[in-house]
Amino acid sequence: MTRSDLDLTGDWAIRLDRVGKRYALGEREQYLALRDVIASAAGRLRPSQLRRRNGPTESGRPHRWALENVSFDVAPGEVVGLVGRNGAGKSTLLRLVSSITRPTAGSVAVRGRVGTLLEVGSGFHPELTGTENIFLNGAILGMRREEIRRNFDEIVEFSGVAEHLGTPVKRYSTGMYMRLAFAVAAHLDTEVLLVDEVLAVGDAEFQRKCIGRMRELADSQGRTVVFVSHNDAAIRQLCSRSVWLRDGSVAGDGPTDDVLPAYLEEQFSQSRLGGWIDVSDAARTGSGEARFTSVRLDVPGRSDARTVRPGEPLRVTVRVHADHDVACGNVSFHLATLGGMKLVSGGTGPDDPEFTLPAGETEFEIEVEALALNPGRYTGSFWLARPTGARRKFGLYDHVEAVIDVVVATPGGDDAEDALVATRSTLRLPSAVSTRLPSVPSNED
Amino acid sequence: MVETRQESVNTLDMSETPPPTVTVNRPPSGIELPDVGALWRDRELFYFLAWRDVRVRYKQTALGAAWAVLQPVITMLIFTFVFGRVAGLAPEGVPYSIFVYTALVPWTFFSTAITQAAQSLVLQERILTRVHFPRILIPMAAIAAVLVDLAVTLPVLGVLLVVHGIAPGWAIVTLPLFVLLVVLAASAVGLWLGAINVRYRDVRYVTPFLVQLWFFITPIVYSADVVPSRWRILLELNPLVAVVDGFRWAVLDADAPGRSLIVAVVVVAVGLTAALFHFRRLEATFADEV
Repeated sequence: MTRSDLDLTGDWAIRLDRVGKRYALGEREQYLALRDVIASAAGRLRPSQLRRRNGPTESGRPHRWALENVSFDVAPGEVVGLVGRNGAGKSTLLRLVSSITRPTAGSVAVRGRVGTLLEVGSGFHPELTGTENIFLNGAILGMRREEIRRNFDEIVEFSGVAEHLGTPVKRYSTGMYMRLAFAVAAHLDTEVLLVDEVLAVGDAEFQRKCIGRMRELADSQGRTVVFVSHNDAAIRQLCSRSVWLRDGSVAGDGPTDDVLPAYLEEQFSQSRLGGWIDVSDAARTGSGEARFTSVRLDVPGRSDARTVRPGEPLRVTVRVHADHDVACGNVSFHLATLGGMKLVSGGTGPDDPEFTLPAGETEFEIEVEALALNPGRYTGSFWLARPTGARRKFGLYDHVEAVIDVVVATPGGDDAEDALVATRSTLRLPSAVSTRLPSVPSNED
Repeated sequence: MVETRQESVNTLDMSETPPPTVTVNRPPSGIELPDVGALWRDRELFYFLAWRDVRVRYKQTALGAAWAVLQPVITMLIFTFVFGRVAGLAPEGVPYSIFVYTALVPWTFFSTAITQAAQSLVLQERILTRVHFPRILIPMAAIAAVLVDLAVTLPVLGVLLVVHGIAPGWAIVTLPLFVLLVVLAASAVGLWLGAINVRYRDVRYVTPFLVQLWFFITPIVYSADVVPSRWRILLELNPLVAVVDGFRWAVLDADAPGRSLIVAVVVVAVGLTAALFHFRRLEATFADEV
């Protein structure tokens, strides 16, 4: 790639030019050991053993394009929301803009200093005190010592942990830890700020404070912000423009009021119940000796259901392929928020008796009596493990995370807008409400 | 490559604020120059990372930084007990304990530094995948932190000399040069191991063996003189030979290192340059592979 083909003219803060990023599969999921390299060299002689899924690269390793041919500009001072489902490439894009990782193709140009807030508290050390961590974390995020000193009081005030500054942060509550970490990052004084899903953690009060601070940062003159969130309300509030990524490509780019509804509508339509969904090509972890091939969700007794309603029964059917007979102790599915917070699970647990999964295809049916979730959008993951699998990573056969979308609609409703009504809570307790007259206290003296 | 440069702006209002720098992130291609300048440019971060390593290393240990002293002192006592009486291992005129301790000071630094540097990048996984800054700061800060240990073990050497009534000669002024040599040698090895460890965690298991092997090919419990002269040149390819010889020369007035020093300087220069380029090449994929 020659230097001349990137056009640096124009008024932009971030310019992505035909950016592509390819990952070798498994690269981010497990450590490579020389053993694996030897095994994979041997595997080339026995192609059936390895390389069974996903297309091989020219070098023989399976790969996936996390981003492909992405081009767009962000103007100085613009606040852009980045939306798309898990695995669409949002985080990868932020990593490229911040130079944390290098593209496989194309180029990313940024004008000015870049601050990244990809996770609250990266660089915090549990053994160090609050004060020490403010300086350390500030330096890691790119602040000069002078800057940190100047902002110190403001950071402390924003965090609200002033009395505990001399205590190692490992003794902090999660809330305190988060507040302090966000406080440091929120005082980053860079021209470009990249924020990834930090608002998914913490309580409502903390989220409100974060959004408020984000608003302040976005409004302050000339600052460019790229904001990734599954929180539709936050995106609507903060971003005038949104870019929608689907499978590593730009699926929509324009005013948030146009892009966001289109994205939500598509998510909704893809979460249809009652059909087999092929998951054999999904990104996964685990040994793969036994693995999920396809999954299906139904509402028993309502075969035409497009969505499931709160409190309804749900039938989860999974098909598993085993290379040989394997001992199995745990087959389950999990539902999580779009932010990745695991909510509920169903299936067998570590205390259930183990069983043998025969070589070849097996179908499991997991019946949920009543789905304890409020209306909203969720993702489903599947887990298959050895009897000890719950505790030991190497006991895992297969884990496909956030591989399907599940929309829980309002009772009686069955369309997108209904499903997207924001509810205050996600879990729903099975409960009954009855009315009666208040019992009158007896006035016998 | 990731490059940063001042942009030439030819608009009318170039008034107060300088034009912001433009950073371009491109696919890795060809051979890229190591970013040694980062150690100076980002010295504040470098300092903070090293300072953190120092603070954290002895946290929640009952004896704290005393471990930095105890390690070589106890090793010295053991070696003196085990090897002290073995004929020919120590030269005439110097107590064996001092002879060993003088070598243990740079050796302890070297072995700890390469072990820490080898693990440094892997231990910083969260930072590697979430914040961008010159990666070379991480292993180098780990090594810098071990220098603080050296600053503790060296004065102990002074105390031992006083106790035994040994006065170093003028050569003592060359000591900083040998400290520099061992720091550069440790940097070369540490950068190699640290970068490889990101991809192949085998390094964690290999390092202890490497350190053990290296211990025996370094004249710590013995004097390099006991090695037959035709094998000496082979031994001297190990730059630690010159470091140990240099320390004994500077402190104990032993023979000055001659050929071994020249060999060591060449080996370290070549090794460090290669390590820097190697690190630069692997650096591009750290965030993807850690």
